[in-house]
Amino acid sequence: MHIPDGFLATPVWAAAGAVSVPGVAYCARRAHAVLEEGRIPLMGVMGAFVFAAQMINFPVGVGTSGHLVGGALLAMTLGPASACLVMTAILTVQALLFQDGGVLALGANVLNMALAGVFAGYLPFQLWGGGSRRKLAIWLGGFFSVFVSASLAMTELLLSGIPIPTGVALLSLVLFAISGAMEGAITVAALDALGRLNPSWVRTSQTAGKGGYGALWVGAVLLACVGILIASPLPDGLEKLAESLGIAGRASNLFKSPLSDYEASFVSAAWLRKALAGLAGLLATYLVCLAAGRMIAKRGSKA
Amino acid sequence: MSLKYAVIDRWSQGQSVFHRLDARMKMTALLVYLLSIATLKPVRAPEMIAFGVLILIGMTLSALPIGGFLLRGAVVLPFTGTFAAISAFGGQTDFAVGLVAKSYLSALGVLLLAATTPMPALLHAAQWLKVPRVLLLVIQFLYRYLFILVEQAGRMRQAALCRGSALSKRSRGERMSSAAGMLSVLFARSYERAEGIQRAMLSRGFHGQIPLLTNPAARLKDWAFALCAVAATLAIRLGGRL
Amino acid sequence: MNILPVIDAQQVRYSYSDGTSALNGIDFHLYPGETVALLGRNGSGKTTFVLHLNGLLQGEGTIQVCGMAVCRQNLAAIRAKVGMVFQDSDEQLFMPTVLEDVAFGPRNLGLGVDHAVQRAREALSQTGVADLAGRAPYHLSAGEKRRVALAGVLAMSPEVLVLDEPTTFLDPPAERELIRLLKSLPQAKIVVTHDMPFARALATRAVFFEKGRVVANGPIEEIASRFHWEI
Ligand SMILES: Nc1ncnc2c1ncn2[C@@H]1O[C@H](COP(=O)(O)OP(=O)(O)OP(=O)(O)O)[C@@H](O)[C@H]1O
Ligand SMILES: [Mg+2]
Repeated sequence: MHIPDGFLATPVWAAAGAVSVPGVAYCARRAHAVLEEGRIPLMGVMGAFVFAAQMINFPVGVGTSGHLVGGALLAMTLGPASACLVMTAILTVQALLFQDGGVLALGANVLNMALAGVFAGYLPFQLWGGGSRRKLAIWLGGFFSVFVSASLAMTELLLSGIPIPTGVALLSLVLFAISGAMEGAITVAALDALGRLNPSWVRTSQTAGKGGYGALWVGAVLLACVGILIASPLPDGLEKLAESLGIAGRASNLFKSPLSDYEASFVSAAWLRKALAGLAGLLATYLVCLAAGRMIAKRGSKA
Repeated sequence: MSLKYAVIDRWSQGQSVFHRLDARMKMTALLVYLLSIATLKPVRAPEMIAFGVLILIGMTLSALPIGGFLLRGAVVLPFTGTFAAISAFGGQTDFAVGLVAKSYLSALGVLLLAATTPMPALLHAAQWLKVPRVLLLVIQFLYRYLFILVEQAGRMRQAALCRGSALSKRSRGERMSSAAGMLSVLFARSYERAEGIQRAMLSRGFHGQIPLLTNPAARLKDWAFALCAVAATLAIRLGGRL
Repeated sequence: MNILPVIDAQQVRYSYSDGTSALNGIDFHLYPGETVALLGRNGSGKTTFVLHLNGLLQGEGTIQVCGMAVCRQNLAAIRAKVGMVFQDSDEQLFMPTVLEDVAFGPRNLGLGVDHAVQRAREALSQTGVADLAGRAPYHLSAGEKRRVALAGVLAMSPEVLVLDEPTTFLDPPAERELIRLLKSLPQAKIVVTHDMPFARALATRAVFFEKGRVVANGPIEEIASRFHWEI
């Protein structure tokens, strides 16, 4: 689910950007791409491969066909860090050239699909990919990669005040689960065929360090839970949650329904505050980018 | 199918006044434009119309086919329409209309940049905006091989169709595994291609860093454009709201 | 002979990781200014052999390029001396614009941007495609791509040119143009090809590969008739 521009509230896309920029920067370092650019052609070509792979139809359901989304497959072949970079590149090209997802919303889409989606997709493979439950692990990876990113996208839309009735939200969760199951099936079939062609293309699942995998575990499960938790009792739940946490007063224009905003917006001071908040968010994102870039460059030159 | 990818690339090769403007200026103007729309809440008709007029001016300057352009931007509408319908159902018609207007106008703005700026220029401009180099390089290679691989996949699909891959007689499992086979062959070809590229890079003295050239200097007319575009956008955005 | 060969390969052997032994002891020399055609059936090891000439593959035996042994510490210098044009131009032209692609080599040699661009423009006009500088490689015809690929190599001022199947995808006029262009270049050349009219037009000497060995070496006409190397 690629979120277009015009949907997310400024604090939401700015915050998502502030998370995804350092996240992607970290992945770039993990992929050794900052120091050694010899791997970059492979990553770029694999990004193009994902576009091309979408032309191949898989008969997944009753009379319907689907195509690969790719996050989990990339993670299981290139490794999660490189896969994250490749997905980010794919999302950027989609946003710029094909209007698939917004430009300001790119931070959110990267967070959902390139970071959360890829890492959640890699986790089951990392944990059980070597054992007898390998197929199940791969399927779960495909499932998670789609389900987690779609749930996160839904959460962000709800946080932005898009009025989605609880029933619709729950129904979408079911739909997300179905497309997740399809992605799982496609990923299993594809990895199976790949492994037969050249086993060295598929990663063995003992490669990452213990510490790394603990973090992955916690991160992915947390993201999935938060997504579902926030999504299901909404939209009324969120406002109550905000009130009970005592942030309602300050963050009210974030959570308020758009109709009541309509009146509030005639008060110029309130509008000004919002605009300033937006600008501040943007500035903060930009600064975080720069700082992260510097830090990585420095660490890179030391190593 | 591959036409879907090629059309914007073809548009971006044009030679209009708008095409020849400095990509950095266009990108900056686009960011201001997108921010102005994104922070607009609630949405009011005059502002949306004024933003639409800005886009129309850009479109006229760029000599793009108007119908095709508006249609291309409409790819956001299925997504937006769904949510708009939900909120309209819930009685929030104004909100629904605002959602459609905001996302469509944003998409048209991005499209105007993409359809008038070739990818290399976009990448150079993004580098100037301090987008991380590694990401830009991955995008650069992705875009370089995008059309080639999509065409390759198209040919494979055609060949499979010629040999009756879509016949309903075959079981689902069979069709699933033949699709997976096709995917794995495409993966293999991509992998080999990447190896070929690496060989070509090494042969030409590559030793760890991919050297890039720099942006040409912006001319007076580029600055003038940036100034006008940003001023117009901000005037629309701020007019009547302060 | 008292002229030193630009390339001197002795007893080169190589096996791929899957166990295919592609080269079984190749001896090969190339002298300044000459053009040698490498002929042989599909899979006889021609491509594998030329990949050794700039150290992309390293097997057993010794190879000297301009008096330098092909080994890790000489690789940078050797890659500047041996210009390799591959069969697939799309793999060779990987940068977003023609000018950037041709400047890639000179930039790697440590030249500054301006100097590298100047070299690139010179190489582009040498191959007759100066007007393509701003274009994206994707939009070029096969013949134009080949010329740009050649320019990318010439911009590094190599002493040897190695061309692996340079005529694939070229129409007859483009092939004729390529022959004329290659003839005008002073470098010693190795052309791997199945295209006999092309080989005849360029090469004086031919070397015949069979199952990873050089089984004949001599004037091209003699080799062509000895191996019935004609359609
Ligand atoms: N990457 C590889 N891995 C394993 N074996 C390979 C690889 N590349 C080539 N071979 C094998 O090595 C042998 C020599 O191949 P090579 O490509 O050098 O032949 P060639 O003379 O260039 O053939 P052609 O005229 O078809 O280009 C062949 O048996 C081929 O199958
Ligand atoms: Mg060959």
